[in-house]
Amino acid sequence: MSYLYQTDELMKLIYETLAGFCEQYAIPLLYLDLAIMLVAVGIIAGFVSVSVMFMVWLERKVSAHMQDRLGPMRVGPHGALQTIADAIKLLFKERITPQKADKWVYTLAPVVIFASAMAAYVVIPWSPGMIIADLNIGLLYLLAIGSVAVIGLLMAGWGSNNKYSLLSAFRCGAQIISYEVAATLSCLGVIMLTGSLSMVDIVNAQKDMGWPFIVVQPIGFLIYLIAGTAEVNRAPFDLAEAESELIAGFHTEYSAMGFSMFFLAEYANMFIVSAIAATLFLGGWAGPVLPPVVWFLLKTFGLVFVFMWFRWTFPRIRVDQLMVFGWKFLIPLAFVNLLVTGIVMLL
Amino acid sequence: MIELTAQTIPFYILAVIAVISALAVVSLKNLVHSVLFLALFFFCMAGFYILLKAEFLAAVQIFVYVGGITVLFLFLIMLTFKVADKRLRQTNEQWLIAFVMVILFGWLLVTGLSETNWEIAEWSGPEKTIPVIGKLLLTTYIFPFEVVSVVLLAALIGAIVIARK
Amino acid sequence: MDLSHYLTLSAIIFSIGLYGVLTRRNALAILLSIELMLNSVNINLVAFSHFVTPALLTGQIFVIFTITIAAAEAAVGLAIINSIYRSAKTVNCDEINLMKG
Repeated sequence: MSYLYQTDELMKLIYETLAGFCEQYAIPLLYLDLAIMLVAVGIIAGFVSVSVMFMVWLERKVSAHMQDRLGPMRVGPHGALQTIADAIKLLFKERITPQKADKWVYTLAPVVIFASAMAAYVVIPWSPGMIIADLNIGLLYLLAIGSVAVIGLLMAGWGSNNKYSLLSAFRCGAQIISYEVAATLSCLGVIMLTGSLSMVDIVNAQKDMGWPFIVVQPIGFLIYLIAGTAEVNRAPFDLAEAESELIAGFHTEYSAMGFSMFFLAEYANMFIVSAIAATLFLGGWAGPVLPPVVWFLLKTFGLVFVFMWFRWTFPRIRVDQLMVFGWKFLIPLAFVNLLVTGIVMLL
Repeated sequence: MIELTAQTIPFYILAVIAVISALAVVSLKNLVHSVLFLALFFFCMAGFYILLKAEFLAAVQIFVYVGGITVLFLFLIMLTFKVADKRLRQTNEQWLIAFVMVILFGWLLVTGLSETNWEIAEWSGPEKTIPVIGKLLLTTYIFPFEVVSVVLLAALIGAIVIARK
Repeated sequence: MDLSHYLTLSAIIFSIGLYGVLTRRNALAILLSIELMLNSVNINLVAFSHFVTPALLTGQIFVIFTITIAAAEAAVGLAIINSIYRSAKTVNCDEINLMKG
């Protein structure tokens, strides 16, 4: 049982046992590391698909209950298997490439977006010792990888050769770039307090302090939450894929596998943003009684629920309002927050 | 001869991709493709920085170049470039002279560089580079740091003034 | 892996970028080639920093400055090209010859 709590010791034990095997059969340790990497990638891929299916189901249920409906009820108990049925249907659809599309760009766009979403999982700290790579540039890596997705969006918009897709990609790119500034600045407050970019150090700093950073950085948390919503293009900032004006936006022309990759990446990104917020501001895996993994998942999915709550509470805003809000309010506020943090730290 | 170790294999793979994508950047007719190859090239550069133990620079490279500059280029190219332009000539008349000159120039550089004896020092850098870079930027290099900030601000305002209207 | 490999690579990429600057007609393509050249210089600086003065990190600091300047250059350059496109309806350098008598 105690291994549920001390996962770092469990990981060490597993690694040492495997290393012992390797020594016995004279296999270089490099192969073991490579094999562990492969297994980790497999586990992450599995987790992404399962969690995305769960989140899609949750989204439909949450929206239904907020509108006093029941939502999916037919497939499985309370419609729990509905997403699996939908996924199977989606994968068996025909893959369509528009005749005048730029074939290479069109085909590669979903891959770029999906890869950038998957790459972010490398530095997510699930529990002590349970992290694929504790890079000492962890947070910077996350922010950098997140910015690569914009290229995928523009590729999809351009490659489709469809004016609605291109317009949507432009809106989306402008929005993500603008709000990335605010998100990065809001993270800087936490980095100043911790003095490290490593995700594990950030969690440990909150553990040592005794309370999560949301207590000392409430404004930073709010800015990150708003900017995060904008970065994953969710309502009220979903004008890039505003169904009623842009016929779904940059992925209009995609079907089957391409569409499902966009879909997976969208929900995977929502999970990543929630996980970053949970790690930076809510203390990550730290918490009493329950095992660390459970705490981490509880906090992350709690934030995922908040994002869904936003979607069914706020009306969509206009493009000019979005830009004015981001540049004239959110970014100056983030700077003030940074300044105040610095002054308080000096005193 | 070329020896294959855990250090050299990634280097050669990255070098081949970098050179091919650089050639694609200067030779492709469709500028959107050129920019996408430029993004791939920037990724290779980040890979080299990791091989040279400069992780911070690798992240900054992806953040600024791939996430910022490439996207700016893509925006402008998608706004100004017409697909019909693909059929137009993309190089000017002096390409042959330029080609010969560049080959000579490259040969000069490579021979010059390979015949110089550099004082190679044993690698002894700090384990965590970020705190050291931060300290250096705010102590030894504080003046260039401030100047660069002013340049950035000037560029920001200048770009807005030029591009609006 | 030694210094000369990185220097050779950087020289090759610099030459490719130079060729692009000299021959492309599209102003945007010229800017792209300039980015290639700047990056080849960066890899040079980091390689020198790693192999010659590893403890000082001077090369890395200079690369930070180069990246900043490159970002400023791209922003201003693209703004200029944007306004040229608006008045001249082309971004091909050899067609922008208003100053020619």
